[in-house]
Amino acid sequence: MAASPIHQFEIIKLLPIGKIGGIDLHFTNSALFMVIAVALTALLLLGTTTSRQMVPGRLQSIAELSYEFVANTLRSTAGEEGMKFFPLVFSLFMFILISNMVGLVPYAFTVTSHIIITASLALLVFVTVLVYGFWKNGLRFFRLFVPSGIPIYILPLIVFIEVLSFLSRPISHSVRLFANMLAGHITLKVFAGFVTMLGGLGILGWVGAVLPLALTIALTALEFLVAFLQAYVFTILTCIYINDALHPGH
Amino acid sequence: MSDDPHVHGDRGDRPPDAAQISARLRHLGERLDRLRSRAAAESRSDATRSSNSTALARGLRLSTELVAGVLVGAAIGWLIDRSLGITPWGMIVFLMLGFAAGVLNVIRSAGVAPESGEKRGD
Repeated sequence: MAASPIHQFEIIKLLPIGKIGGIDLHFTNSALFMVIAVALTALLLLGTTTSRQMVPGRLQSIAELSYEFVANTLRSTAGEEGMKFFPLVFSLFMFILISNMVGLVPYAFTVTSHIIITASLALLVFVTVLVYGFWKNGLRFFRLFVPSGIPIYILPLIVFIEVLSFLSRPISHSVRLFANMLAGHITLKVFAGFVTMLGGLGILGWVGAVLPLALTIALTALEFLVAFLQAYVFTILTCIYINDALHPGH
Repeated sequence: MSDDPHVHGDRGDRPPDAAQISARLRHLGERLDRLRSRAAAESRSDATRSSNSTALARGLRLSTELVAGVLVGAAIGWLIDRSLGITPWGMIVFLMLGFAAGVLNVIRSAGVAPESGEKRGD
């Protein structure tokens, strides 16, 4: 059914790549839109910084603003030390932001509406925090799970809860982005579907279709806000987790 | 005419130098301190402003924190049950622990409790 609200999330195989092990590898529409997002990011950043001017134009301004925005976020949460993670954080922010924005173009595929994508990004952050935390702090990294000033007899319980809370991070980190993008696009599609359904009913339906049409327009604006906010939330959580790897429990 | 710069150079040369330069350095240091403290205050007020404007982003974080904790608890409980064969005790215990972890997540992301990184109190 073409009008199904979840039809837009279907993965379509575009080009066969080959077989590795028992897995059929294909270049899918998801991969295509990932390439588009990366290409747009590269175009924006490289294109505006090769011929940079003293007084920035619009595009150069966007590039500079995004750099300063992410740098300030990282500095304010993880401190000056956190800046060594700037390439990771900035790549994540730009990839998610551009993917979300590209997904809002009609007929485009939203890469971040699949949990496999957001989960891999969240796990990337999680593993980075684990590896760097242990590499830099050694066993002191476990202090993250041992709050100070807790009576000894409930300490084991608290440590269990802290560990569970730590393990739940990649889940909430990935589900939040995925669920927001999925729900937003389904809502948009459903309300836009109402417009065509009511419009098919004749003149009275046309009058009735005004309301869902207005809602669709309002929702589109809201989705642009959500697309930016979710990229920002993902980034700031990454910064908070990196801060934990840098300074566990001090 | 040709004397003037020479005289100037002489005056600013050795004998008065030590005292004058140290006085100048002290003066410069004071001015730098003043500027630095003002810049620090400004950046602090900037930080509070940005934290106000991102309250919406913080609110959006709350939605999944609780669910994530419960899910992790359930998953661990299920795994323990399956591997140790103590159904349903692992699930019961870890579901409750997971719920506690979820509540901790929510409280933490609401900014009521300190983040796990800043637990020492100061």
